[in-house]
Amino acid sequence: MNIGVCVKIAPDTNARVKIAGDGSGFDMADQVHGIPDYDEYAVEEAMKTKGAHKGSVTVFTVTTQKADKYIRKGVLALDGDKAVVIGEDASDTLDVARLLAAAIQKEGCEVVFTGKVSTDGGSHQLSPMLAEVLGWTLVSKVVELSIDGDTFTATRAMDAGIKQVVKGKLPAVITCEDGLNKVRLPNMRGIMKAKRKPMEMVSAADLGVSIDGGRTAEGSFAPPPKRPAGRIIEGEAADAARELVRLLRDEAKVL
Amino acid sequence: MSGILVLCDHAGGAFKPTANELLTLAGTLGGPVFAAVLGDAPAATLGGLGASKVFQAAGSFGDYAGAATVDALEAILAASGASVLLAPGTYVAHDALPRLAARLGAGMATDCSSVAMVDGKLVGTRDWFAGRAQGQVTVNTTPAIASVAPNSGPKSESTGAEAEVVSVSWEAKTPGLEVLETLAPSTDGVDLNTADVVIAGGRSLKSKENFDGVIRGLASTLRAGVGASRAATDAGIADHSEQVGQTGVTVAPSLYIAAGISGAIQHLAGMRTSKVIVAINTDSGAPIFEHATYGIVGDLFEVCPAIAEAVQALD
Repeated sequence: MNIGVCVKIAPDTNARVKIAGDGSGFDMADQVHGIPDYDEYAVEEAMKTKGAHKGSVTVFTVTTQKADKYIRKGVLALDGDKAVVIGEDASDTLDVARLLAAAIQKEGCEVVFTGKVSTDGGSHQLSPMLAEVLGWTLVSKVVELSIDGDTFTATRAMDAGIKQVVKGKLPAVITCEDGLNKVRLPNMRGIMKAKRKPMEMVSAADLGVSIDGGRTAEGSFAPPPKRPAGRIIEGEAADAARELVRLLRDEAKVL
Repeated sequence: MSGILVLCDHAGGAFKPTANELLTLAGTLGGPVFAAVLGDAPAATLGGLGASKVFQAAGSFGDYAGAATVDALEAILAASGASVLLAPGTYVAHDALPRLAARLGAGMATDCSSVAMVDGKLVGTRDWFAGRAQGQVTVNTTPAIASVAPNSGPKSESTGAEAEVVSVSWEAKTPGLEVLETLAPSTDGVDLNTADVVIAGGRSLKSKENFDGVIRGLASTLRAGVGASRAATDAGIADHSEQVGQTGVTVAPSLYIAAGISGAIQHLAGMRTSKVIVAINTDSGAPIFEHATYGIVGDLFEVCPAIAEAVQALD
């Protein structure tokens, strides 16, 4: 099976969020970057799928950063076969989807795994847009998956803890949710082998995609508003609980 | 094109609270307000909440068929001529809505805490880095699409007016999924995402039995949704779907009770916009107290049952 996985190179979730002086953007180039949690689930699911169905895993990313170390250690060292790095500074999500779709089609992938959401912008837009540009089936927030020929059965995590078991046809974009699998770390042998695996650098022009952008404009970034100082309720558990319930009803008016 | 189209979700023959919130919000933005209803629901009643016209698509949407939602919404948006589409910041906003945006070449602002019209353009305020920064998205396209987080704004009383209902036909063209089974959550059914009160427990509950007894016990007294810290879900004490935080669900209830949760950045990201936060923790230095409206330094195994008792004594 020809398997694809898309990853983002993003600031680590523990990185300090630094806003540029005028609030027009983020100034985080010096912070620790990596492959975000959900994308790691996508990588692991791609490898599991390769393990079960044979074939190859190609990893795709769109970035102007030096992606080499993250992609080799985080994907190729875990039994990925090939990387396609699209070196464009595309901030518009639909542009990113078009770039990825063109590269995925060129490689002839039958299934593509993604993380359910990025940990920086967190817009949840890329994977559905990718499915639309490709004209493929989309299944979002998957916590269980089995593939049989060109058919898959997936359990997706919806609102309010409701889960659904759904059946669909490949090709498909499958977005990966916490609980789908257990992420592994690469071993030394994998890391050594990864050094010699092919990594192709391509541009939008190579892919025949023109970046038009401008559908949205982002700005006015600021830290979240501070909450007013709270108060500690003293006393034994029973007294404190009674006082809390009184305050919730009479002062905060939320009960 | 002008007008604001609101996707009004419903279940079991009644509209969800998000329908009211979004119609109320749309009424403040200027221009006519239209409602989009997918499947069978008392569509005309939305007139009482400000919809001047309701566009209803026939079909089976009962189990949320993502592909059908894309195709039907596309047809409704075209029929209504609306320039803005507002939808609830729930699963649909992470699945069908961006797909529709891509089809239309439209810009989208996801899960906004508020939206406004500025110089004729939709501007949404939303979180970056899971709430560690806020910013604004200006949508430059027509139509403009935005999803709005549940519980972000006020609701209206219905005037009782009825709206004209226009039936919209649509064509299935998106590759779809067959729903084999819907699995109910392990909790008592209060929707964590939209709950008005949430009680969340941490790893200090130690076992699933304790979590079920103490946290779910108090939740049933308060008719609250149940949440958990990542440490608790990773330890298997609570379900993954109940994780509140950067890698889980983001909630904004009126009242959020954090029991035995220290308040790591990753957890705060998922609940910091709650109106009132109550922290219960034995460690008076826990970061959660810096964010709490009310704090009790004490043992949750004593305090939670005492709260349940005090609530029951109210009526």
